[in-house]
Amino acid sequence: MTATPMVKAELVHKWFGRLEVLQGIDLEVAPKEVFVIVGPSGSGKSTFLRCINHLEKVDAGRLSVDGQLVGYHERGGKLHEMREKDVAEQRRSIGMVFQRFNLFPHMTVIENVMEAPITVRGEAKAVVRDRALKLLDRVGLSDKRENYPAQLSGGQQQRVAIARALAMQPKLMLFDEPTSALDPELVGEVLDVMRQLADEGMTMIVVTHEMGFAREVGDALVFMDGGVVVEAGDPRDVLTNPQHARTKAFLSKVL
Amino acid sequence: MTSDITAQGRPEAIRAVPVRRPGRWIAVAGVAVVAAMLLNMFLTQPNFNWSEQGKYAFNASVLEGIRTTLWLTAAAMAIGLALGVIIAIMRLSTNPIVSGAAWLYVWIFRGTPVLVQLLFWANIGALLPTIGIGVPFGPEFLTYKTFDLVPSVMAALLGLGLNEGAYMSEIVRAGILSVDEGQGEAATALGLTQMQTLRRIVLPQAMRVIVPPFGNETISMLKTTSLVAYVPFYELLFNVQNIYTRTYQVMPMLIMASLWYLFMSSILTVGQYYIERHYAKGATRNLPPTPVQKLRRVLSNLSGRRLA
Ligand SMILES: Nc1ncnc2c1ncn2[C@@H]1O[C@H](COP(=O)(O)OP(=O)(O)OP(=O)(O)O)[C@@H](O)[C@H]1O
Ligand SMILES: [Mg+2]
Repeated sequence: MTATPMVKAELVHKWFGRLEVLQGIDLEVAPKEVFVIVGPSGSGKSTFLRCINHLEKVDAGRLSVDGQLVGYHERGGKLHEMREKDVAEQRRSIGMVFQRFNLFPHMTVIENVMEAPITVRGEAKAVVRDRALKLLDRVGLSDKRENYPAQLSGGQQQRVAIARALAMQPKLMLFDEPTSALDPELVGEVLDVMRQLADEGMTMIVVTHEMGFAREVGDALVFMDGGVVVEAGDPRDVLTNPQHARTKAFLSKVL
Repeated sequence: MTSDITAQGRPEAIRAVPVRRPGRWIAVAGVAVVAAMLLNMFLTQPNFNWSEQGKYAFNASVLEGIRTTLWLTAAAMAIGLALGVIIAIMRLSTNPIVSGAAWLYVWIFRGTPVLVQLLFWANIGALLPTIGIGVPFGPEFLTYKTFDLVPSVMAALLGLGLNEGAYMSEIVRAGILSVDEGQGEAATALGLTQMQTLRRIVLPQAMRVIVPPFGNETISMLKTTSLVAYVPFYELLFNVQNIYTRTYQVMPMLIMASLWYLFMSSILTVGQYYIERHYAKGATRNLPPTPVQKLRRVLSNLSGRRLA
């Protein structure tokens, strides 16, 4: 018997109108695993990631996180849509980091980090502040805590965004191209934080074009194209010795 | 040349002869002449009757009218803002019935003159002599005379507030739409509910877009309250009219009222500046200077130049 997978997708489909963006995604992410998703633009990587925390609704198939169906209750063999409150509850244990950071510009760095635990969980301010300071220290930004996001570099903003997600003490972290909007010299500092997080045993799903990171830190990798998983395996194997023509074509472009 | 500069460390500041602008001096002279003529007229023309204005400027009924104008403005804007936020959120709803109802509200209250709306509420008793509470289409348990429920003050507040709500809803809606979609997404992903996202993340950022037109609306409302003189409800203009119907000094009293309105809107303008500055936090790297800071900078620039 293996442990419950952190994420289990079975034939997940998603339509936008008549466009079938996800055409039956099957995959499993084990706890403490760093799971890398690569693929060309428009292949549905972001959409799949957004299905995991129910920012998008799955149209067919089953998707569960830590053994719990996402966005639906199952009662008597029938699926019932979850109430907004319960969906929000589910999202609290899943952190997400966006390509464009999406920090709250009207709040200081530390207020950004403290917002969700206080507003969502009603935790005591002093406790949250303590945790926020530790997190900012971990991402190397203690001295920026009273600054506003606009006063930070892109790399610094993304590190704050990671701290903000961690403040909810999630069991799973989703990264959607976290370094794609950064100047090349700022990519390293964000990847370092992610590497450290992986070492501490966080379960992570990472959509990225950073093949070096995938090879070094990744435990599993899938190549997606046209809404399906074309190839899956150990990152080192897939990246050095791709089996499918589409994988080969894609890798030859990005490597 | 370059070695010259490096030898001295820093090049000497440029001291060029400024461009001559004769047109500017002609304009200044023209404005000065017109200003002097106007001032002369204000001071020497007896019909302005400044002493009469002085006599009534702080008269008890004028001050009472000013107090009413101020609280009426505040109350109407509060009603307008509350309604505006609700209607704006309804307008953005994905439910077509809800957004349609909001659209209808805006269509009616923005599309008819506010004076007509005021007169409508003032005379609602003619349309519905009684208002009752009971089973819809069935018997009534409680029945009220409409005039008891809608006295002049209510008519004034309803007329101004409901009309303002229609305008404010469009302002609030524009504000909400101006906030980047990623903001709501990030908040949702953190587990905030829709209401929490709106209250904590979206509305505070929308305020930057909402405050300037809100300030305009408030100043506009300050003057629009004068229309309730026709409800009739006493406020500054109503009380001033009462005075000039007794004294026949129409123009001096209207000028005096205008000076009061100018004074009040000037104060609102200053308030607006500071509120805008408050909501600019985080949107720009540095806050715009306050008027005091600006003045200090100008002064230090002047003295600095003189020293150089
Ligand atoms: N809300 C939406 N409505 C309609 N179509 C959408 C929507 N979101 C995404 N799509 C479409 O779905 C497809 C997959 O988009 P998705 O963002 O998942 O791709 P991606 O693999 O993340 O690409 P990229 O590498 O460019 O981020 C695209 O064709 C996109 O245009
Ligand atoms: Mg994407």
